[in-house]
Amino acid sequence: MRTADFRTPEIGLDSTAHEARLKRLWETSPGIKGFFTTVDHKEIGKRYIVTAFAFLALGGIEALVMRLQLAGPDLTLLTPEQYNELFSMHGVSMIFLYASPILSGFSNYLWPLLLGSRDMAFPRLNALSYWIYLASGLFLYAGFFTGNGPNDGWFNYVPYALRDFNPGMNQDFYALGIVLLGISTTVGAANFIVTVFRTRAPGMSLNRLPIMVWGTLTASVANLLVIPSVSLAFFLLWLDRQFATQFFDPNAGGQPLLWQHLFWIFGHPWVYAIVLPAMGMVSDGLPVFCRRPLVGYSLVALSTVATMLLGFGVWVHHMFATGLPSLGLSFFSGASIAIVVPSAVAVFAWLATIWLGRPVITTAFLFFSSMILLFVIGGVSGFMTASVPVDWQLTDTYFVVAHIHYVLIGINVFPVLGATYFWFPKMTGRMLDERLGRWNFWLTFIGFNLAFLPMHLTGLFGMPRRVYTYAPDMGWDTLNLITTIGSFVLGLGILLFIVNVMKSLRTGERAGANPWGASTLEWATSSPPPPFNFAVIPTVASRHPLWEDQLGEESAKSSIDRGMLLASGKETIGTSPLDAAPDMILEMPEDSITPFLLALGTTILFVGMLLKTWGVVAAGGALATLALIAWLWPRQALREREPAHG
Amino acid sequence: MNAFPLGYLDAAGRRAATVLPLTWAVIVISVLVSLVIAIVLWRAVTRGRLNGGAVETRSVPITRTGNGIRWIGIGLVISAVPLLVTLVWTMITLAHASGPPQDSALTLDVTPRQWWWEVRYPGNSPDEAFATANEIHIPTGVPVLVRLHGGDVIHSFWVPKLTGKTDAIPGQTNLSWMQADAPGRYRGQCTEFCGFQHARMGFEVVAQPRDEFDRWRAQQLKGASPAQSEGAQRGLQLVEYRCGLCHQVRGTSAGARSAPDLTHLMSRRTIAAGTLLNNSGNLAGWIQDPQGVKPGSLMPNQYLSARELNDVLAYLETLQ
Repeated sequence: MRTADFRTPEIGLDSTAHEARLKRLWETSPGIKGFFTTVDHKEIGKRYIVTAFAFLALGGIEALVMRLQLAGPDLTLLTPEQYNELFSMHGVSMIFLYASPILSGFSNYLWPLLLGSRDMAFPRLNALSYWIYLASGLFLYAGFFTGNGPNDGWFNYVPYALRDFNPGMNQDFYALGIVLLGISTTVGAANFIVTVFRTRAPGMSLNRLPIMVWGTLTASVANLLVIPSVSLAFFLLWLDRQFATQFFDPNAGGQPLLWQHLFWIFGHPWVYAIVLPAMGMVSDGLPVFCRRPLVGYSLVALSTVATMLLGFGVWVHHMFATGLPSLGLSFFSGASIAIVVPSAVAVFAWLATIWLGRPVITTAFLFFSSMILLFVIGGVSGFMTASVPVDWQLTDTYFVVAHIHYVLIGINVFPVLGATYFWFPKMTGRMLDERLGRWNFWLTFIGFNLAFLPMHLTGLFGMPRRVYTYAPDMGWDTLNLITTIGSFVLGLGILLFIVNVMKSLRTGERAGANPWGASTLEWATSSPPPPFNFAVIPTVASRHPLWEDQLGEESAKSSIDRGMLLASGKETIGTSPLDAAPDMILEMPEDSITPFLLALGTTILFVGMLLKTWGVVAAGGALATLALIAWLWPRQALREREPAHG
Repeated sequence: MNAFPLGYLDAAGRRAATVLPLTWAVIVISVLVSLVIAIVLWRAVTRGRLNGGAVETRSVPITRTGNGIRWIGIGLVISAVPLLVTLVWTMITLAHASGPPQDSALTLDVTPRQWWWEVRYPGNSPDEAFATANEIHIPTGVPVLVRLHGGDVIHSFWVPKLTGKTDAIPGQTNLSWMQADAPGRYRGQCTEFCGFQHARMGFEVVAQPRDEFDRWRAQQLKGASPAQSEGAQRGLQLVEYRCGLCHQVRGTSAGARSAPDLTHLMSRRTIAAGTLLNNSGNLAGWIQDPQGVKPGSLMPNQYLSARELNDVLAYLETLQ
């Protein structure tokens, strides 16, 4: 019998000696070794965020080059080939390499802090997820910078993506890059799901979760269900291209529409996966600046889940013009209209929260509150495309381009910028500059709307998407020039954001533990948090542990300073899925090089597949296998092995 | 043509007109909703706001005031009305606009290819059938059935003033239909990304009164008239020898079908899939340097001598 299983955690107060002991246990070693071996969720989260912003910047530069080409009719800055690779890489960068990873970054950084835990459930898996994400981003950009980037849009329809029409390596880079990225997303999603159900602070029952956790949880479940579809689609594409299978080739009985179904069964839920966590940021951040709890917590949490459920039944609205029978289309049309309802719940909850609160106008508040309007504009234009006969006109025109940018910039970028202003003090210990912040906000807001509001008209006046140029007699010249000007103003806004981050990192005002007077657990620990997050594991008695004194609504009080000490090893507490009752001590793994080596091996394997050089495939596979063996080797410290007797 | 040849806020035929009121309705609903939310948001922010520059956020006390749930309830009830109306209206419109009508008076076979439109007019016997390209003639006032065939990659058939989009997908035949109420030229465009020259893959629909259409059809059925002048005869030889590798001129030995049928080239208003007006200057430029006009186009540059070019033009201009 292993006595350790029945150890009862010691309850006590924080002390300097206790913190010093925890620090020794949890701290990542400095320098190059620590860089490659760390499994600290905060380190990984920050890397995710920085990397995702870098891809945002690259995707933004690609967009600005395209806007120069489209500033007037018949311009020849870019060849059609260059333009096609630019718009494809822009979409791939923003959707795959920015929008989802940035949310993973914030969730990685914040979850254990929000949940009152010391790390994610699987810290090494977390590191693996980051390294593979980075590798797939570099893989895709290696293609782009050698002139072999994706060139068929992010949606990548066949047969144009097949070898007959696309003989270069572009599609092989894209197909394998996305399969590689899928590994990262999948293990990341699994980690989030287990984390939320296993490592919450005692007392944090499901109805006390921050909405952002609901958002990321919902998105993660969706990812687990839909990533296999897109990975399969791209893998079959690669087989069709390289091994003459015929899944998609109509000349051999393959089905081009199969691609579209596999892609959009993934693609549409994915859209919700990259907005729901961001909507959660608003639901959690906005009330702090309104100085009142969120209106309708339960309804907002339920609507998050409802959006995702309905989100699985709307993918065909990307395929209204493909000749499917009207009866089938009407079902998807109805579902696409119905999905407005749960979204409306969130909008009215936010509006009521501001109306009934006392809004303090900060940069974070401006980003969060303006997002509501952008969300509504992106929502109603989506509602328009849900109507099949109307969509037969709207689809594949610039109207849809305007729509997706209101959705993705409005509901992802704006909340993320707001979240950065909100949580930057927690991550770095310094406040972002508010004066620069105002400039940042207004330039971004004005530039964005100047670029994309008139674009709805460009669409209604008939400009098709994905064109490298247009004729002067179509009536689109002025509108396109306005969009180009707006996009550069928007770019300037984002540039100011980067400047603000750089400046504030060095000279920003010091932030205390809780500079905004916010309510959730991450604000209970110091800024930046220590490697072990919490010296004692807090016990939670309400949805707003740090506002209990002011609200005075609960009879029980959360306990922040006194709780489980858990300092006899790298430990945190495991709790039950629904009520978060403590049920076992979790031994957490030490820093390890194996995630990096596994990612490296996998990447080498994919490079080998790309080059069809089987020796490289074997070498990568061998490295990955060895790394896995080392990773999974049972260790006594994690109680994966019996202690030696005698 | 009006100021926006591809705009869809006006319609010129039955199918597009059926959808137009619904399009306007959802636009009006959307604009109204956005305005109302903008006003409520503005009021919500400004009525009790505190300046974050002057006031520390954390110094403002937390209070739970007002019944916010009522907001959500009222909001949802109000939202449900336009949603339900739109849902029902959508289904009714879909029933009217979808499906080819039983009474179609003409059937066309359209095969979009990288980056032009092959248009076939089937007949009761082979000598009543003919092919043309990039310009579709239809009689006014009757529904026309369009069978869309997949040629190479996916394209999409769209004539905004007459009909919404239907994709042409290899391996299947999709149906679209259109009807023009008044004579005129209506612009069409490929709207599914299909490669380098997706941008310049336009066409025109020419709606004509029935008798005019019948005359046009009779003319198209004829083969090319024999070359008269000496230059045109030399031009014909070049056309048969070179252009005939891809193009067809019925009545000559140029018989390939992988590029636009040239039999009545000069009867068309534009060349290069709606890209250039069809005049001898543009025609000469296009023949010599298609890669300059449409980079990536499947037609190679021709490098004809000045004399050869003149001969070819002399012949092509006889193809009325």
